[in-house]
Amino acid sequence: MPGNAISRALPWVIVGLLALFPVLDSTFYTQLLTKVLIMAIFAMSLDLLVGYTGLVSFGHAAYFGLAGYALALMGPKYEAASLWWTLPGAIGICVVFALVTGLVVLRTRGIYFIMVTLAFAQMLFFVFHDTKLGGGSDGVYIYAKPTMNLGETVLVTLEKLDQFYWLVLFFTAATYFLLRRILGSSFGRALMGIKVNEHRMRALGFPVFRYQLASFALAGGLAGLAGYLAAVQFGFVNPEILSWHQSGAVLMMVILGGMGTLHGAVIGAFAFVLLQEVLSNQAWFGIAAKHWQLAMGILIMLVALYLPQGLAGLMAKLQRKPPAEAEEGADV
Amino acid sequence: MDLAFILIQLLNGLQYGLLLFLVSSGLTLVFGIMGIINLAHGSFYMVGAYLAWSLASMTGNLATAIAIAIPLTVVLGMALEKLLFRQLYTRDHLYQVLLTYGLILVFEELRSIIWGDDVHGVAVPALLNASIPLTENLSYPVYRLAISGVCLLLAFALYVLIQKTRLGMMIRAGASNRDMVQSLGIDIKLIYTLVFAMGVALAAFAGMINAPLSSVTPNMGSHVLIICFVVVVIGGIGSVKGAMAASLMIGLAETFGQVLVPEVAGMIVYVLMAIVLVWRPEGLFGRK
Repeated sequence: MPGNAISRALPWVIVGLLALFPVLDSTFYTQLLTKVLIMAIFAMSLDLLVGYTGLVSFGHAAYFGLAGYALALMGPKYEAASLWWTLPGAIGICVVFALVTGLVVLRTRGIYFIMVTLAFAQMLFFVFHDTKLGGGSDGVYIYAKPTMNLGETVLVTLEKLDQFYWLVLFFTAATYFLLRRILGSSFGRALMGIKVNEHRMRALGFPVFRYQLASFALAGGLAGLAGYLAAVQFGFVNPEILSWHQSGAVLMMVILGGMGTLHGAVIGAFAFVLLQEVLSNQAWFGIAAKHWQLAMGILIMLVALYLPQGLAGLMAKLQRKPPAEAEEGADV
Repeated sequence: MDLAFILIQLLNGLQYGLLLFLVSSGLTLVFGIMGIINLAHGSFYMVGAYLAWSLASMTGNLATAIAIAIPLTVVLGMALEKLLFRQLYTRDHLYQVLLTYGLILVFEELRSIIWGDDVHGVAVPALLNASIPLTENLSYPVYRLAISGVCLLLAFALYVLIQKTRLGMMIRAGASNRDMVQSLGIDIKLIYTLVFAMGVALAAFAGMINAPLSSVTPNMGSHVLIICFVVVVIGGIGSVKGAMAASLMIGLAETFGQVLVPEVAGMIVYVLMAIVLVWRPEGLFGRK
């Protein structure tokens, strides 16, 4: 089956091409692409919940922001933090926080789940906003970017743009293949079964709650990975990083790309970040660029109304148009 | 901390809670009856406050401003329901979240274009601009008492409307079985439009009457929205009674929290919510 071989090879080809990117030596575009890839990790982690487990979380930025704060607070203030332990540490904190909050939020369903996840994210927002813990509303600067040392030699320093880019690309690819692997396993199949019919899965003897909790924790950890990298890129963290606007934005990426397809989340992150860049481009839109959120808001509403399967769904539809019509004809 | 001080905080907490009730009652009705999750509900509160401010500075009188603004917000609510929300009743909550998230951005930017990004204040109406002395140096503003009174009146009117009138009966019936109500010949679409517009007007009205107490600021909508979500979750989705109980609970908790433990005041309501959810996942007055 050549089609199958192509779809299997395609992600590797894309990763390969993206790896060559810094060679072009355009700082602006390398930075932009780094941001896109970080958001892609974030969006994939949410897609695991929304698209595969059937849990619409509206507080996913909590884990993203928490990891950023973890890096800012765990590392030494003026020297470079060690990537070796701050990254696993930050992800670990997110996983633990996801497990604890998951115990509460997974007791709820539907609208409640959406609102409770939002409320927990807001709670965290106020922890960092109102207390001195993370510098209040001003946030904390990360003066030196983390490095990966072996003894005295510096293997990787994220100060260097291309090294940082490759590391981010590595993690994006790793997240994609890891999730694909997990979703193809019996665990992933069970998650999808829970999404379709929770009661049936419970009747079949699956420990539904534990499966959901595992998925929730995994999604929290991966969002933490993305948040850690984002904090490194921005060089500071403030409460905005875990605000509900951020949770809304990542949800938008997932749906824009097409939920329930991992590559859709990646496409969505690309589209969203580029759209943001384009709409707020003053050279192109002049005074309107200041109010770019207006255009973004209208676009989001249009996607919600007319593009429920996202860009990935649109592409699949365009490819499969003739047989789909034939099927419909057969039904009549 | 003496008795007069506690009394003042108590009154403040109740007043804040009653105001929250005005906003969250619309939210919980729209949830309960149409099954719509509306993130843009906080924006209606913001629109109300900005309308009050701009119309009051035009007419020089807050009461006139409110009288002009309420019909405007009702029309806004009806238009939004007919044009946007109607298409989402049968859709997954996910798309409701997305659409209303987009709507917030649109509202915020329109606000920024029309009214700018500055913080404004609205004067307390002259008639109510007085204080009742409690002790030598403590007094309580009449305007706050007036707000509480108005909110209580509205809450009572809402109760009568839903529990005692024919329209209320249709609303309640529509919440439990939409198709049945429709096949009995009741125009459920019209009822939905009315309920939605009422929710918008209530939230906007809360923004209007609260404008003299808190300044009119760009981000006022989102803060209120999140608190009202907590109210709705604690009270139980669709329950107006629950919204009242939870509003007062949160109003008091946040007011006393800010006085007693200012450092963690922002978190108290969320901790409260977590406790209620562990105890009763469907909220205090929610249906299982």
